[in-house]
Amino acid sequence: MKLSLALVLSLLAPPALADWQQTLDAARGQTVYWNAWGGDARTNAFIAWVGEQTETHYGVSVVQVKLSDTAEAVTRVISEKAAGQDAGGSVDLIWINGPNFLAMKQQGLLHRPFVADLPNARYLNLGPTSPASVDFTVPVDGMESPWRLARFVFTYDSARASEPPRTMAGFVDWAAANPGRVTHPDPSNFMGATFLKQALIELTPDTTALQQPVTDAAFDAATAPLWAWYDALRPNLWRGGETYPANESVLQQLLNDGEVDIAMSFDPASTAAAIADGLLPDTTRVFVPVGGSIGNISFVSIPYNAANVEGAEVVANFLLDPATQAHMQNIEVLGAFSVLDPARLDEAASNAFAALPTAPALPTLADLGPTLLEPHASWMTRLTEEWARRYTK
Amino acid sequence: MSLDLDALSIRSAHGGALFSPLSLQVPAGHVVTVMGPSGVGKSTLLDAIGGHLAHGFHLTGTVRLNGCDVTGLPAEARRIGLMFQDALLFPHLSIGDNLAFGLPPSLRGRAHRRAAVEAALSQGGLAGLYERDPATLSGGQRARAALMRTLLAEPAALLLDEPFSKLDAGLRGEMRRFTFDHVKSRAVPTLMVTHDPDDAAAAGGPVIALKGLISP
Amino acid sequence: MSHEGRLLRAGVLAVVGLGLITPIAIGLWQTGRAALGILPALGRNVASLDSWHELVALPGFATSLRLTLVTGLGSTLLSVLLATGFCAAVHARMTSASGARMLTPFLAIPHAAMAVGLAFVMAPSGWIARMMAPVAGWDRPPDFATVNDGWGLALTFGLMVKEVPFLLLVILSALSQIPVARQMAAGRALGYGRGIVWIKIIMPQVWPLIRLPVWVVLAYALSVVDMAIILGPSNPPTLAVAVTRWFTDADPTMILPASAGAILQAMIVGLAVALLLIAEKVGKRLGRWWIRRGGRGLSAEPGLWAASAVVMAMMAVGLLAMLSLVVWSLAWRWSFPQVLPESWSLKPWTNAQGGWMRALSTTLLLAGATAGLSLALAIAWLEGEDRARRSRAPWAEALIYLPLLIPQIGFLYGLNVGFLQIGLSGGITAVIWAQVLFVFPYVMIALSDPWRALDPRMIHAAAALGSGRGRRLWAVKLPVLIRPILTATAIGVAVSVAQYLPTLFMGAGRVATLTTEAVTLSSGSDRRVTGVYATLQAGLPFAAYLAALLIPAILHRNRRALSGASAT
Repeated sequence: MKLSLALVLSLLAPPALADWQQTLDAARGQTVYWNAWGGDARTNAFIAWVGEQTETHYGVSVVQVKLSDTAEAVTRVISEKAAGQDAGGSVDLIWINGPNFLAMKQQGLLHRPFVADLPNARYLNLGPTSPASVDFTVPVDGMESPWRLARFVFTYDSARASEPPRTMAGFVDWAAANPGRVTHPDPSNFMGATFLKQALIELTPDTTALQQPVTDAAFDAATAPLWAWYDALRPNLWRGGETYPANESVLQQLLNDGEVDIAMSFDPASTAAAIADGLLPDTTRVFVPVGGSIGNISFVSIPYNAANVEGAEVVANFLLDPATQAHMQNIEVLGAFSVLDPARLDEAASNAFAALPTAPALPTLADLGPTLLEPHASWMTRLTEEWARRYTK
Repeated sequence: MSLDLDALSIRSAHGGALFSPLSLQVPAGHVVTVMGPSGVGKSTLLDAIGGHLAHGFHLTGTVRLNGCDVTGLPAEARRIGLMFQDALLFPHLSIGDNLAFGLPPSLRGRAHRRAAVEAALSQGGLAGLYERDPATLSGGQRARAALMRTLLAEPAALLLDEPFSKLDAGLRGEMRRFTFDHVKSRAVPTLMVTHDPDDAAAAGGPVIALKGLISP
Repeated sequence: MSHEGRLLRAGVLAVVGLGLITPIAIGLWQTGRAALGILPALGRNVASLDSWHELVALPGFATSLRLTLVTGLGSTLLSVLLATGFCAAVHARMTSASGARMLTPFLAIPHAAMAVGLAFVMAPSGWIARMMAPVAGWDRPPDFATVNDGWGLALTFGLMVKEVPFLLLVILSALSQIPVARQMAAGRALGYGRGIVWIKIIMPQVWPLIRLPVWVVLAYALSVVDMAIILGPSNPPTLAVAVTRWFTDADPTMILPASAGAILQAMIVGLAVALLLIAEKVGKRLGRWWIRRGGRGLSAEPGLWAASAVVMAMMAVGLLAMLSLVVWSLAWRWSFPQVLPESWSLKPWTNAQGGWMRALSTTLLLAGATAGLSLALAIAWLEGEDRARRSRAPWAEALIYLPLLIPQIGFLYGLNVGFLQIGLSGGITAVIWAQVLFVFPYVMIALSDPWRALDPRMIHAAAALGSGRGRRLWAVKLPVLIRPILTATAIGVAVSVAQYLPTLFMGAGRVATLTTEAVTLSSGSDRRVTGVYATLQAGLPFAAYLAALLIPAILHRNRRALSGASAT
């Protein structure tokens, strides 16, 4: 109740910019096609809730186009460009980050910078090196707006695997002692690639090289220990490393089925949420390697030919509202960590965050340890290509 | 050679016996005719003797060929030839290949087999028609081809199921003569079912009337 | 040939040509251009073979190709053999109509739903393993590759579970056109064993009648995507899945090798069909030589019974898979090694508003529109043939089958570009259009034989009584043919519901059907929700078949010749 009160109060506040009122006027009556990965029922439900709210308050309705891979939306925009459809495109808003963002930015498939125009951008830390300003080291340049925080975490069933590995290097011994009980998503999938990147950051001799665009020499030097580690690990992976689950959801299902003992996620709250949903055993817990784990921010961006730009901006702005963010971080709703800068929140908003409920499988920010920076996006592409070259026969 | 039936009786799955138990003897080269109204089970009787009884029918009594009990043998092991009212040539094979299909495998060698088929074709008045499609033949030609195919398999007995009923009246007499001459010259015991008294008269052998026990 | 007849025929041909064949041609053209490196959107305007070099150099390409060939050819060959063996063994005891009734659930359930169910039943943590766990002493699932195995065996099996019932139906209906029992008696009276008669006499006559359906099965098995995602290996996957992945890769230049792969996919199907034709020619010669030798052979009976046993076992697994979908949709917690759920819940079902209701209504709309359009077109075509008093030319027959023989992935990308250029993509219209491409052939095939089997004397009698063409169609033909018409409609509904790639590509992802949702959800973590979608996905076509069975029975309850087990 307190939350919805805060929501109403924030809505009553006068818009900061006159332009924004024009945007609101233009947006009224629009339907925003939000292309978002659809593999997580709670996220889908949250997006549906967002649509209800924007419909009520701004007359903007939201239709989630459920993707099984974000690249589908990129391809769609490319097809439209190929056909010369430079306006009235079918994609209004994309949940995006990393290589997909880089690809769209490089191909000129994105709308002009819009983040600074959003009234709620004032709650963000948009300093040049802040996580909200760089996406996989690629400058955001206002072309995508943050909405949820992602941290790479492992999930394990404490009833079956009492002592999970403490470091990425430790996975080799752990898998040797428990052959066939661990695997990772296919590296062609984001989560599988992140598993490799997490190991790369821990094993590579010089992490600063990872922040630069990849070169052949740098790649060979940086990844040599990774491949040695992986060659030792792979024979003891699930199914002997011959096949991999398609994504983290399938991996989570394998954990639930008891086929493996360890799964992974980019959402620290997903485990507690899955337990509440009956999708994981009550004994499942979250752990992070001792040196910390990779973190990044999920963004939304608007394609250059979007049919409902104003509506998309209204949705992006609504996502940044402190009340929305607190609602999102509620474990009973979605449990995704907020992207807002706590220092910029007023007291009421801070209290709303502090009052959120907790759960045994929900880690605190302290449990998660330090956040490791994503390598430059070009590393991920090279990494997955090299992995495929080595292990896809 | 002879074909003997001993107290043969057939029950259908749901009803009782089709006809009262039947015993008869067919000596070599003779034709015994079984007559009866349609629906009495004449064709079923032939099915039982030949080993083709459909699922759901039950047979008691014995069928003996040259004194050997063949009741338990599958159709293909009985060596009992079968002729239907329509010739039932296999439509995907030429006339010659239809006959070759009947020829026993013991006759070896391509040339020998071909010669045997050609000989049978001329015997049946079908010389030169080896490669012809059965569908292009006249009714009489088809009937003769079917008989030659059956005879090439060297049957120990022959069953005729209303063999002439589908032929033109003019052709019928010719085909009767052709069939019965071959039966006699090869000394095959033959059992014919028909409802045409002329068939029975032409066959010249004993005639047995089959009486139904249940209404059709 | 009357003027009116000519007009109707020309009209139908124009609709089929422009509406069905041209889009495929445009699609192939656009995909073919991209395969030759021409993609103006990316600034590529010069033709080259680089896409092909890139394709061949992609990691795992050779394995993907091998997987496609092994699973596609293997599953088709085994399905044909098993279906033939099963028919040979049980034919005397099963009519085409009773067979159709028994097979309906297997025909109705879309590939994706069956795959979802099979994946659970066969997995090391699946239903079968759970039943064995107490005996085998497993407290955790064994690490066996029973699904997603590197050889594609699970995929092959999954395809067979779907294809064998389809082929059984096709073979049974072909057999109803052949006097099997009497030819069997004739063959056995000449001393041939039952199995040998089946091989030498019955099958050579059946083959020409089932040749086209077998091609369709082959083309489908070589290019299937949804089932291969769920049951097939992933590293690398089959060529069709790999091509779909490349089309949706983050790197847009992957569209070039993807297009080359799509064209290759089409070429593979063409080659496979050519291979089958050559095999048929060779088989014919060998067969004639074999038949002329007159060998009575050993009895093939044990082989037939083995085939029947395998088919029955496959059907049992298939039924288990369908059942598992329902059970999952009602479960809350169901963990290994529990044979039944530990707790139950109706939550996935009761969440209709935010969930399956929308997909269900979209699916119903699409199924109704596509089946209706296809039926109207098919009736117009057949009536045109009647009025022109002409039988179908082979090229017309080929035209109908064309969309089923060209792999969808081969032209869907290009077709989407084509649709975009005329501003038609992303909407329900584009999806309906694309689905009709695949629904129409099946409706046409289902309706053609019964239509032609209609006793022409009945029509002549009606004409002699003074009724005109229109009245003969509306008052005689259609009512008498109501049963096959409804069956054809039900088949159309089933095909529409099962469409995955056309809905995905043409709908720009905005048109969410039960099938697209089920495939997306099957790559998620909630089997219970997947269970709901897959159950609905299987239930809808099943309901259509049931209606096709019941409506004529009720309408014609006082007309024995029309309501009973007349041929469908």
